[in-house]
Amino acid sequence: MSELTDLYQELILDHNRSPRNRGRLENPDGLAQGYNPLCGDQISVSVKLDGDRIESIKFEGSGCAISTASASLMTQSLKGKTLEEAGELFNRFHKLLTEEGNAEELGQGMGKLKVFSGVCQYPARVKCATLAWHTVKAALNNKEGNITTE
Amino acid sequence: MQSKAEQVNDGQATRPIEAASFDVERIRKDFPILSRTVNGKPLVYLDNAATTQKPSVVTASICHLHESTNANIHRGVHRLSIETTQAYEKARLRVARFIGAASETEIIFVRGATEAINLVAQSFGRPNLIEGDEIIVSNLEHHANIVPWQILCEQTGARLRVVPVDDDGNFLLDEYQHLLTQKTKIVAILQGSNALGTVVPVHAVTRMAHEYGAKVLIDGAQAVQHHEVDVRSIDCDFYVFSGHKMYAPSGIGILYAKEELLDAMPPYQGGGEMIKSVTFEQTIYNDLPHKFEAGTPNIEGAIGLGAAIEYLENVGLSNIAAYEDKLLDYATTRLAEIPEVRLIGTAKEKVSVVSFVVEGIHPHDIGTVLDQEGVAIRTGHHCAQPIMQRFGVPATARASMSFYNTHDEIDRLIDAIHTAIGVFA
Repeated sequence: MSELTDLYQELILDHNRSPRNRGRLENPDGLAQGYNPLCGDQISVSVKLDGDRIESIKFEGSGCAISTASASLMTQSLKGKTLEEAGELFNRFHKLLTEEGNAEELGQGMGKLKVFSGVCQYPARVKCATLAWHTVKAALNNKEGNITTE
Repeated sequence: MQSKAEQVNDGQATRPIEAASFDVERIRKDFPILSRTVNGKPLVYLDNAATTQKPSVVTASICHLHESTNANIHRGVHRLSIETTQAYEKARLRVARFIGAASETEIIFVRGATEAINLVAQSFGRPNLIEGDEIIVSNLEHHANIVPWQILCEQTGARLRVVPVDDDGNFLLDEYQHLLTQKTKIVAILQGSNALGTVVPVHAVTRMAHEYGAKVLIDGAQAVQHHEVDVRSIDCDFYVFSGHKMYAPSGIGILYAKEELLDAMPPYQGGGEMIKSVTFEQTIYNDLPHKFEAGTPNIEGAIGLGAAIEYLENVGLSNIAAYEDKLLDYATTRLAEIPEVRLIGTAKEKVSVVSFVVEGIHPHDIGTVLDQEGVAIRTGHHCAQPIMQRFGVPATARASMSFYNTHDEIDRLIDAIHTAIGVFA
């Protein structure tokens, strides 16, 4: 049996209470809306690029603690990354949430994002944690678009 | 709550247990799943509006079918087919008596309330509605009672009108009166709201619609399991409900319709069973109700539904209503004592559903914390997004109670909400 504190770690609760990089960028290079029909979570992510590097990134919307904290921590970890690095991080983050295995190993080099390792015990919540990531992916790929987790 | 499927006593009046002797502990023994644990804690199942648990007699009725009589129905001359056909048709008769239909030919077995509404929209609505006609639904409706009508509107050029609710979630009969005109052809309204619990005065709704010549469909998916329903007293033209929300298996549901309407309606689907004779030149459709049951139906579902109805009649619908009212009152009072909790839906008359939000905590997080405590509730928009929008929330937490729930379980719910508040404080 997993404990609640495995999922709702202090860092997640903190980013839920005070999300970082909240808002919308003026004249973004990429912008997308994400929607999780299951729980009604809505998020909008805007990105500004400097070449192929993410110069700044912001999000706004409403969602549960997991999706809000995930969006907040995502913006922190993507800032300054190249598009390739961002894609690689997304893949690893997805693996961390969906693959059974050693969380320490899977989370290596992921910094604060490791706090989401508990989510894999709660399959119903994986989409909450990945919503912001799917949205930023859409923002970077299509420059403009709407995505949904379903 | 004894009785095996083969002992169905063909609709003889069953004697309800006296209200005074309503013994919830005895009832709970009929539902084996209620003794399991979740996350090391005894399960508290409060998601009954999504689906109810199944009593042993329902499971036994399906086992009996599979192990003793199984065959296809209405086909063979052999003994098994005859016995299974009899059991299937006995279930239909039981449904007819359960809701007070004039005849079992007015009872169509379908997959669920959703399919029943789609059937009415396509077989009754499509041939009868033209551009400019109007269909009235309410703000409370489940998506299943919105989308089939929107599809019909696209097909015919008809228009959807919506009866609003007040801030407590009460259906506004006066506003409904204003929407009724000669253009109104169909009124499709739920009897009990899955999202808020609101009970709609369906007798008045039907009477008022009939004054304008409109046909009335009542969605009883959240009504039949809570209190007695008599379709002839309501006088509605169509009544629909799902088996799995009333202690029967999933994949079975009922469309009740007045016989003259069913007679005039074209079939919904073509296939075997729904025909009398087929040639490449001409096909003659079968009599009611078989005209609307193409293909081999959900035989075990129908038999399980019959067993569930017998079980409910043994417990007694009036006992169920009285007991669930007490649970609802208790849950409402206890929730209102928590300062962070806001109840969504406080209509004067409700089925045993409480929807709420907790300040500063998303319903999804409440659901996860409660699950950790062994308490199963539904969180989300409950497939009723328009009523969520009406109350300005993306989602709610919802506890929906059955007569097998106890006051102690409500206490467990309240304790778990306090735990959630502790986590996110």
